[in-house]
Amino acid sequence: MNSSLAGVLLVDGLTHGAIYMQLAVASVLVFSVTRVIFVAQGEFVTFGALTLTSLLTGRVPGTLWLMVTLAIVSVLLDALAALRRQQQAAQVALMAVRSLALPALLAAVTVWAAPRGWPLWANTLLALAIVTSLGPYTYHLAFETLAGTSVLTLMIAAVGVHFAMTGLGLVFFGAEGTRNPAYWEGNSTLGALQVSNQALLAALVSVGLLTALWLFFRHSLRGKALRASAIDRYGARLVGISPARSGRLTFGVAAFISALAGVLAATGTTMFYDSGLLIGLKGFVAAVAGALLSYPIAAAAALGLGQIESFGSFFASAYKEAIVFTAILPVLLWLSIKHRRAGGEA
Amino acid sequence: MSRFLEPGRMAVMAAVLALAVLPLTPISEFWITQLNFIGISSLVALGLVLLTGIAGLTSFGQAAFVGIGAYATGYVSVVQHMSPWLGLLAGLVVTVAFASALGLLTLNLSGHFLPLGTIAWGVSLYFVFGNTDAVGKYDGLVGLPPISLAGVPLDRGRSFYSFLWLVVLLASLAISRLLDSRPGRALRALKDGTAMPEAMGIRTFHYKLVAFLLAAVLACVAGWLLAHYQRTVDPSMSSMQASINYLFMAVIGGVTYIGGALGGAALTQILDDRLQVWLPHLIGGAGHYEGIVFGLLLVLMLQRANRGMFGVFDRWASRSRREVTPQALPRSPRAVSAEPLLRVRGLRKRFGGLLAVDSVDFDVGAGEIVGLIGPNGAGKSTTFNLISGVLPPSGGTVTFDGQDISGWSARAIARAGMGRTFQHVRMVPEMSVLENVALGAHQRGRAGVLGAVLGFDAREERALLSEAAAHLARVGLTEYMHEPAGNLSMGSQRLLEIARALCTDPKILLLDEPAAGLRHSEKLALAEVLRGLRAQGMAILLVEHDMDLVMNVTERIVVMEFGRLLMSGTPREVQASPAVRAAYLGVETEGVSA
Repeated sequence: MNSSLAGVLLVDGLTHGAIYMQLAVASVLVFSVTRVIFVAQGEFVTFGALTLTSLLTGRVPGTLWLMVTLAIVSVLLDALAALRRQQQAAQVALMAVRSLALPALLAAVTVWAAPRGWPLWANTLLALAIVTSLGPYTYHLAFETLAGTSVLTLMIAAVGVHFAMTGLGLVFFGAEGTRNPAYWEGNSTLGALQVSNQALLAALVSVGLLTALWLFFRHSLRGKALRASAIDRYGARLVGISPARSGRLTFGVAAFISALAGVLAATGTTMFYDSGLLIGLKGFVAAVAGALLSYPIAAAAALGLGQIESFGSFFASAYKEAIVFTAILPVLLWLSIKHRRAGGEA
Repeated sequence: MSRFLEPGRMAVMAAVLALAVLPLTPISEFWITQLNFIGISSLVALGLVLLTGIAGLTSFGQAAFVGIGAYATGYVSVVQHMSPWLGLLAGLVVTVAFASALGLLTLNLSGHFLPLGTIAWGVSLYFVFGNTDAVGKYDGLVGLPPISLAGVPLDRGRSFYSFLWLVVLLASLAISRLLDSRPGRALRALKDGTAMPEAMGIRTFHYKLVAFLLAAVLACVAGWLLAHYQRTVDPSMSSMQASINYLFMAVIGGVTYIGGALGGAALTQILDDRLQVWLPHLIGGAGHYEGIVFGLLLVLMLQRANRGMFGVFDRWASRSRREVTPQALPRSPRAVSAEPLLRVRGLRKRFGGLLAVDSVDFDVGAGEIVGLIGPNGAGKSTTFNLISGVLPPSGGTVTFDGQDISGWSARAIARAGMGRTFQHVRMVPEMSVLENVALGAHQRGRAGVLGAVLGFDAREERALLSEAAAHLARVGLTEYMHEPAGNLSMGSQRLLEIARALCTDPKILLLDEPAAGLRHSEKLALAEVLRGLRAQGMAILLVEHDMDLVMNVTERIVVMEFGRLLMSGTPREVQASPAVRAAYLGVETEGVSA
């Protein structure tokens, strides 16, 4: 292998690594705040990519109707709970209307805009908005009532969500794979390396996203509330941070990150309705390296995983996926040794 | 015979009988096929019941073990032209090797690392099967021979059916026998953390590994059966989707019931078959839409009926009444020595900048009840945890029965003869009171998994249960012996913990706030039990807030404040001490004295 080939593989690995990094960070976020090992994370990736494809071909994406349905069910459940708490009917009705305003607006804009051939960036924003709003509803309907149960139960529920979302993906988008147009054509030269602008964009977006998240957690009240929930759920609750709101917000953030990863990834690789599982699991493999707790280790591991995949596909292309997923074993060994040295429960 | 075949022993007997005569009836081949698939899946689900419902672990990679079972026999019988029975052997060897490795890597980490490890490993195995030439890549292997039993090939649906269901029946019986035994009780105690079982001298890591290995072996056998029934092997048998399907069966059926595995497998198979017909009509097009229904059903089931289909029938279950026949269990010899039994010297514990326990010294002699008291935050519980091995001390020594035990694990200390109770009661609520107490006797038995399954443990089992019953009598709980422990009142639960600790055959009993949350009458009963124990020569260290109890039953009291030893003396001396009063009520100043 010569150095220019190594350079190509390196850049390729970085592009994939950037995507996995986003997912790894989202996995750590979701687990630390809600204790959910959200194996359906990857479905938001495919939903993001394929929702954009639908919009670009002038169709109203099925995910929009899913979002509207979930919004209605979610609002109905909230209203029922409020009525049971003896809240006034007028007040409850007002609350319901308010909660439905945003999804209704989004639905109206999408239905209106879909056949009008909006530019790529505008459709991307629309797709991101639709998939992001799926996140909070997913948390509300699937996990909120289970919030007090074991990690195991939450994880099995996440598997149920994965099942349902993959099935819906097939209904919405069909079995055909698609690839979206690039946001930024052409190549740039960085020193000795030829880098496609698209790869550069993926890397820049990842860095931007991590910075934004860092600012959010450091400096915003909502972000601090999430950090508090992650550190001590009970304590956070005592100072007035609602676990339900934290959970919904977290799932919203995670869905946004995943959808963003999806629209970026779909320019380079073909997306099928069921591609999400493997992509999401790679994010998890990286997150496991950080024991599902550490953002920096998870992010670094994701970049490493991108390299393993890239070089692995060159040397043994048929076993590429096998190599990537086997990488979790040495990681677990390392965690296990570290744990034994520290003594006590992980 | 076993409460795990219930609810409804009669229903089970009827089901077994019906299954046995079914192939003799003119039932259509379609149903025989369905039942064969149900039987195979139920073996995998049975493993998941053991792993998830009983031991509180889970695996998202059971299909990978099915795949190993199938591919091993496929390779041996198609490529190497050898007997399927050799294929089974090969599959089991590979399964045990992989499962042990995965278990060793993940089982001492938090519970969610096993499922994550098994997902990743399962996905990776799927791609290995799909890309390896020797096993036909994604096409798999075809033309597997049927299994031959004493020269008779099981090549028809009905003949295979009889063999398969015999295997399922034997596996269910084996698991149900296992659960009603010494190793089985240890498995059932794993679900709510390792602190309690470890304090009973149970090697929790070992039992987690046992649960995972048994589940893997069941999945491997299912894979072997599936391969020779379909006569083909392909990578989809070991896909992630298949793994999740098995887990779905166990959860839908009722993940804590052996019958749940069967019921769940049956329900899933039939529902799957129907949905594949109905859904395309409903949605249009031809796709596998049943995932949507299964996924939603799974989430709803966890939210509304997390004990599954069988949980709904559970109220008809008759309670187990295990016979207790007297049988002596050997006790450890007690050396009479002039040395104090427990000697604590210069004990220290530092948490970051906080010195929670600072140079604490005290002794507990044989046959003596010593109270350890102090205001909240004085370091009593930390001291308790240092002595019982839950926390390692930062300095100082704990000598117990002539041995320096500082820094030993909780399990080693329990085995050395220190019995303890927990401040927040820790028991297995769904196990009977008798079985919970028998957990204490775990370290005094030897029966392993194989012995329990084959029934070689009968004599020892009698001894363990009769020992448990004797200690229940000691604390006055005999009448509740066969109740589920979760039904007991708080006071009785605390007494259960004392009986369980006594069952470990301790030289000393460490009681952590046994009177917390008790009603007055329950406190009186507790004091009575403690006095009875002292009369029988038991040494007791009692950490307690209830002054009445402490003053009434102890000979000596050790008072702690701010992590230090404030004083020690007789109850009378402690009551008279101004320093102790100041510690509890604040300093008396003139004019404000009580």
